Amino acid sequence: MKRIYADNAATTPLSPTALEAMLPYFREQFGNPSSFYREGQLAKSAMEEARIKIASCIGADYKQITFTSGGSEADNQAHITAAALGRSQGQMHIISTAFEHHAILHPLKALEKEGFRVTLLDVHENGIVDVAELEEAIGEDTCLVSVMFANNEIGTIQPIAEIGAVCRKHGVLFHTDAVQAVGHLEIDVERMCIDMLSASAHKFHGPKGSGFLYARKGIRLRPLIAGGAQEKSKRAGTENVAGIVGMAAALTESNARMCEQNKHIAACRDALIAGLETIEHCALNGDREQRLPSNVSFCFEGIEGESLLLLLDDKGICASSGSACTSGSLDPSHVLMAIGRVHDVAHGSLRLTLGEDITKEEVDYIVQAVKEVVERLRSFSPVWRDLCTGKAKHLL
Amino acid sequence: MALYSEKVMDHFRNPRNLGVIEDADGVGEVGNAKCGDIMKMYLKIEDDTIQDVKFETFGCASAIASSSMATELIKGQPVSKAMELTNQAVAEALDGLPDYKLHCSVLAEEAIKSALEDYESKKNKTE
Ligand SMILES: Cc1ncc(COP(=O)(O)O)c(C=O)c1O
Ligand SMILES: [Zn+2]
Repeated sequence: MKRIYADNAATTPLSPTALEAMLPYFREQFGNPSSFYREGQLAKSAMEEARIKIASCIGADYKQITFTSGGSEADNQAHITAAALGRSQGQMHIISTAFEHHAILHPLKALEKEGFRVTLLDVHENGIVDVAELEEAIGEDTCLVSVMFANNEIGTIQPIAEIGAVCRKHGVLFHTDAVQAVGHLEIDVERMCIDMLSASAHKFHGPKGSGFLYARKGIRLRPLIAGGAQEKSKRAGTENVAGIVGMAAALTESNARMCEQNKHIAACRDALIAGLETIEHCALNGDREQRLPSNVSFCFEGIEGESLLLLLDDKGICASSGSACTSGSLDPSHVLMAIGRVHDVAHGSLRLTLGEDITKEEVDYIVQAVKEVVERLRSFSPVWRDLCTGKAKHLL
Repeated sequence: MALYSEKVMDHFRNPRNLGVIEDADGVGEVGNAKCGDIMKMYLKIEDDTIQDVKFETFGCASAIASSSMATELIKGQPVSKAMELTNQAVAEALDGLPDYKLHCSVLAEEAIKSALEDYESKKNKTE
């Protein structure tokens, strides 16, 4: 059976162009960029070329790009840097949102223990931050505002340029976790007044374990890993040369194709949403317009997400869910809770994130498969029975 | 390496004893929507023997497979024997469950016990 990969927010397949670009650095070009002889310098120049390419994709200067092991490390480094700056100036307040990735929320928890005050903004039913509320929350002691560019579960895109402008006006550092946006949406750090930005290669057809942190000129990043002088002493350790080269190749390619591909993906997304909405008692999660072209996220009443995923897997479809059983905890996804979905409904969530090669036929197949699986699971769900017999009230 | 054993997947894909018993002698429902697993068991009991058992489950594959296996383990058994069903027995019969999914087998044990208690209390009332 042909498999349909609809979990591109989890990771994306490596682009053949990126793979080709990387191969020499696993083979003959194995030199250490810190070495003085030719082999080392070849690796070094490949890395610096990659830095220039990556910077140009987000409207930045190459000197402002620091390579990391991925999105999580970039997020951690951005927050630790801003917190250190804040502490040195007696500013101990950080503003973020309730539906950030754990790579933001967990460092914030740690900073709270160290005495920082953290405000997590409401993201409302539509999954979008209110800029006026954000401005309201900014105080004399605010050292950082961190709002993700696009949410990884429900795909909602935040008003980044407006947030950037507000932060610039108040002289507060603005970081954005753009892991789901880089390579998929147009980004200009200058125009959007972004001070720090995190990205991860494997979300735009690059290799896993490779990412970067953009930091505006004048922000001295605090190293998370101490040691050698690599990355201008902002990140010790011999560089992941192949990973960096692959990331640059993947991003260049993604950016060049973005405009055309987004039209196609968004059309498929809308067809998929329309198809799934014909299932009774379900709801789209997150704003319909301000969302990633690839993201489809639903909650279905009366069923549980893990069962849904496994039966879809049997039908050749790779998807994801925010149910407790898939999150590995007793609570369903904090993102779904943040947009006001109650437990009963959040357990029955389904996320489909489309790739560029998705076809209309595959969309039809997915709709049919989800319909069948939801119907099957509802047929023996005591929760669904109670809803049908009127013992419990429908929420969706 | 799969998440679940073949047995779990078999019971998840083809649950045994699915459904409801309208004139059940004992009904038990455990779990809640908050934790994400809800099981409902229906028992038909004659001569202190479980003649028939049916279930409905809202939950993960482990919850569905655990309830299915639990019904198989008690069907045709005397009530006293069914009362002794443990979650370990359910998990073992499924060739094991991942550690963080063991609570689903506990729920299956509790669902059976709850249905048996319902039966006992109804019996005591009519006697
Ligand atoms: C929004 C967001 N931030 C951060 C990360 C972490 O990225 P990485 O896996 O590269 O550490 C992810 C990936 O799941 C993400 O979606
Ligand atoms: Zn479960």
